[in-house]
Amino acid sequence: MAAEGKTIDALGQFELTPVLGKLGASVGFTQSTAHMLLAVGAITALVMWGMARRAVVPGRLQSVAEASYEFIQGLCLNQIGDEGKKFFPFVFSLFMFVLFGNLIGLLPFAFTFTSHIVVTFALATIVFLLVTIVALSIHGTKFFGYFFPEGAPKALAPLIIPIELISYLSRPVSLSVRLFANMVAGHVMLKVFATFVVLMGSAGVLGFLGASLPLALNVVLIGFELLVAFLQAYVFAILTCIYLHDAVHLH
Amino acid sequence: MPDSDDFEERLRKARERQGAKPTSPGPGQLPQGGTWGIGFRAGVEVVSALIAGVGLGWLLDRWLGTWPWLFLLFFVFGGAAGVLNVYRLITPRRAGK
Repeated sequence: MAAEGKTIDALGQFELTPVLGKLGASVGFTQSTAHMLLAVGAITALVMWGMARRAVVPGRLQSVAEASYEFIQGLCLNQIGDEGKKFFPFVFSLFMFVLFGNLIGLLPFAFTFTSHIVVTFALATIVFLLVTIVALSIHGTKFFGYFFPEGAPKALAPLIIPIELISYLSRPVSLSVRLFANMVAGHVMLKVFATFVVLMGSAGVLGFLGASLPLALNVVLIGFELLVAFLQAYVFAILTCIYLHDAVHLH
Repeated sequence: MPDSDDFEERLRKARERQGAKPTSPGPGQLPQGGTWGIGFRAGVEVVSALIAGVGLGWLLDRWLGTWPWLFLLFFVFGGAAGVLNVYRLITPRRAGK
C-alpha cells in the first residue's frame, strides 16, 4: 500500500474492508469489528488468565492485571469519591477497551479502531448518556440548575442557558474528537515517514543513507505513539470520572 | 464544591499526580502538558463546542422550519460556549463564576 505508484497514501490505512469472506461482507463484519473482538478477547484473557492462579506473589500477567485494576480503582476513588466504586466496572471496561484498541493498532498489519470517529463518538455517547442519567436519577429536576449558575442575573438567562447547554453537549464531541484526532494524527505521521523510507530507499545508495533519517524518526515516533496510546486511554477514563463526579456531586 | 466546574484543571492536577506513575519516570507531562498540548486541547474544546452549537441549531431549524435563523444564532452561541470551555480549561481552580 505504501509505495504503490510512488505516492504517499496516508489515509488508506483507515479504510474498512470486510473480513471473513462472503459471510462477513453480508453482515458488514469489517476488520474494525474483528479488532474490537480481539481487544475484548485480549482484555478478558488478561484478567481471567492473570487472576486464575491468585498467587500471593504475583506473576507477570497477574501483576499487569492487578496494576490495571488498582490504577483504575484509584482513579475512580480519587476523582469521583466513595460513589466511584459503583462506576468502577464501567470505567475499567472503557479504559481497557480504548487502551487495547490503541495498543493493538500499533502492531504491524493491525487496525486501530479508535481512529474512527464513529467508534470514539459511540463510546463518548455512552459516557454522556450514563452521566446524564446518573445526574437525573440522583438529583431529579435539580439537575437542570446546572445550566443556570446561581446568582446570575435573570435577564441573562436566554443567553446563559443556551451557552451552558451547548457547553454541556460539546462534552461527548470533545471527548471523542480528542481520542480520534490523536490516533489519526499519529498513524498518518507513521505512515508518511514509513513511505519516505520506502521511496528514498529505492533511489540507490544515497537514497539509502537518506532513508535512515525517516526510519530513525519512525522509531522515535513509535515510542511516542505508545505513550499517546496510553495517555489517550487515560484521558478518556479520567474525563469520564470527572464527568461522573460532576453528575454525582452536582454543585 | 469550589472547583466543580473546571474539570480540565483537575484533569491536569490528577495527571500530574498519577500520570507519572505508570508511564516513565519523567512527570506525566510529556506530550500533553506542554504548550502544544494546551493549544491542542483548547482547539478541540472550541471546535467541539462549535460543532455542538451548529448541530443543535441545525436540528432546531429542521424541526421548526426557521432555516437559517436558529442555525446562525446557535453558531454564535457555539462560539461563546467554546470560549467558555477554554476559559474553564485555563482558569486555575475557580468555578466558572
